[in-house]
Amino acid sequence: MTATTTNPAFGPGRRKPFVMRNPSVLVFLACLAIFTVGVTILSEGFGIGVISTSFIKTLGKTLCLCLIAVAMDVVWGYTGILSLGHFAFFGLGGYAIGMWLMYERTRLIVAESMSNAALPPTPEEISSGIATQIFGVVGASEFPPIWAFAHSLPLQLLAVVLVPGLLALVFGWLAFRSRVTGVYLSILTQAMTLALSLYLFQNDSGLRGNNGLSGLQNLPGVTASQDIVSMWFLWASAFALGAGYLLCAWVVSGKFGSVIRGIRDDEARVRFLGYSVEGYKLFVFTFTAVIAGIAGALYYPQAGIINPAEIAPIASIYLAVWVAIGGRGRLYGAVIGAAFVSLVSTYFTGGQAPSINLGFYTINWVDWWLILLGLTFVLVTLFFPKGIGGLFDLITDRRSPDRHGADLGPDQGALREKEAEE
Amino acid sequence: MNAAAATAAAPRNDRLLEVSGVSVSFDGFKAINNLSFSIGKAELRAVIGPNGAGKTTFMDIVTGKTRPDEGKVIWGDRSVSLLRMNEAKIAQAGVGRKFQRPTVFEDQSVFDNLLMALRNGRSAWTVLFYKPSDEDRARVVALAEEIGLETQLARKSGELSHGQKQWLEIGMLLAQEPQLLLVDEPAAGMTPAEREHTTDILKEAAKTRAVVVVEHDMEFVRRLDCKVTVLHEGSVLAEGSLDHVTKNEQVIEVYLGR
Repeated sequence: MTATTTNPAFGPGRRKPFVMRNPSVLVFLACLAIFTVGVTILSEGFGIGVISTSFIKTLGKTLCLCLIAVAMDVVWGYTGILSLGHFAFFGLGGYAIGMWLMYERTRLIVAESMSNAALPPTPEEISSGIATQIFGVVGASEFPPIWAFAHSLPLQLLAVVLVPGLLALVFGWLAFRSRVTGVYLSILTQAMTLALSLYLFQNDSGLRGNNGLSGLQNLPGVTASQDIVSMWFLWASAFALGAGYLLCAWVVSGKFGSVIRGIRDDEARVRFLGYSVEGYKLFVFTFTAVIAGIAGALYYPQAGIINPAEIAPIASIYLAVWVAIGGRGRLYGAVIGAAFVSLVSTYFTGGQAPSINLGFYTINWVDWWLILLGLTFVLVTLFFPKGIGGLFDLITDRRSPDRHGADLGPDQGALREKEAEE
Repeated sequence: MNAAAATAAAPRNDRLLEVSGVSVSFDGFKAINNLSFSIGKAELRAVIGPNGAGKTTFMDIVTGKTRPDEGKVIWGDRSVSLLRMNEAKIAQAGVGRKFQRPTVFEDQSVFDNLLMALRNGRSAWTVLFYKPSDEDRARVVALAEEIGLETQLARKSGELSHGQKQWLEIGMLLAQEPQLLLVDEPAAGMTPAEREHTTDILKEAAKTRAVVVVEHDMEFVRRLDCKVTVLHEGSVLAEGSLDHVTKNEQVIEVYLGR
């Protein structure tokens, strides 16, 4: 070992600013900015029209998926909580914004149609008209109590943050306080998602049952075409992803990051250092749930429709697959995984991929895509545990023990792989 | 009760930890049976006993990992009960624990490991906005020098050798500045030279705080040269100097097996 007794990095003095200590954050933000500008130039709404509006929407949605993947990486890759329920928070964020979008748009339509009547309509008549329009499909004509704030954009925006946040806080408090960990916690989060999804499927849930909320792509009072609106949402999604990435990168760096990675690797040890593990887990779980909610609130107006199937447990499992394929424990890995897998998925399931005729059998990608994805997941887990993001280690020479703490000798603390190689 | 009263001869305000009448059983097996134990504020104590004597369970009880079925565990000047506190609270109160196998955070640098252990605010909010001050960084470097890892600060602790990991963990314990240090078999897997160094560190630490060493290597205990508590079947069999307890007929019978 060449000895340098005083490493300047650990001595006194001013520390470099956060982004300088984490150059990958700057690189990511630059890539995101270039992507956004590039798409704007190629768009139909603001540029030369190479990229169709429907693909702009796909890209905007993908950015939202990247944002929730970043949140998933913080909760799973960094803290070690394999939550299979974060798409529930995503969906709740979507429902919260969807309620306002649907209410307001219906209100404008109802008000316009009633304005032709001889007598000006009373507020009660308008309200009843909106309710009939929205809830006729589930056989109701009155607003359920949870729509009490649907008329107000600020309140529904608050709900985008508060509803997922509170659900995560209560659920997390109950689960972490009882020290439910590992696969049991995963099952519990999945049960939460399933319960929520089943509840929302009911017609009397107040959110239109399996019809969900629709027409969300139309912004009330905005006459601009979808070419323009889709770009607005793409910008907003890119901004949210950039801000969310920056915030998450800040959270996982420094001492807080040390503690949560410590929790992931050896929870008991962190406890004996005097840290309240439950408090940290609850913080991370709730924080990422809020990010998921915001991502959902940006996603569904681009998708145009939200229904309870979106919250089904499979969505949250996909989320874990994206993060695993992209590379756990590195935020850009989550982004790469989410973007890559969801775009490839769109390609294969959208019917664009040509079927392969083998003579005796035709491989239809819409059917085979899931098998391909599952196979990829298994292969990545077995052979490339660092995922796609791990490729960057080859460039940056990031050092990390590959042996997963395995001991080579007969007892714990014996000779390890690394020592044997040297 | 008489035996407990006899060991409690030291003045009450010199006592740091007092365990009295503690019992715990797992599935009917009494791991700890009416155990009473106390230690002063600056004292080195070795706890020995055959496998299954309840040494580790005793540590688990003090650190809050295991709840006893009955008994009391009283801590510090203000005589608070540790039984109502969780692991993190007990650690914050000043109990540090070293595990038998070195448990350091392998994916993180030596510097980060030590920084995490430094005696600072532990709440999530404080830690989120924590910036290492010059003092904290100087303290980490000083600790690293103390444990001989000053050139390894930037390395991932997973890359360290077994002995170095042990030192790092001891360094993390010292960084916590505990009043009571519980050390589980510190000499396991160490070379004779490393053992000697360990003895020195523990003796040095015991000048300013209480140190309890669980060990079953008699040679190591002899080198520690301190009061010894012999556990057997979950209760104290004998207590005193090593020479005193090794002369005890019962101890010879159950522990030395002669």
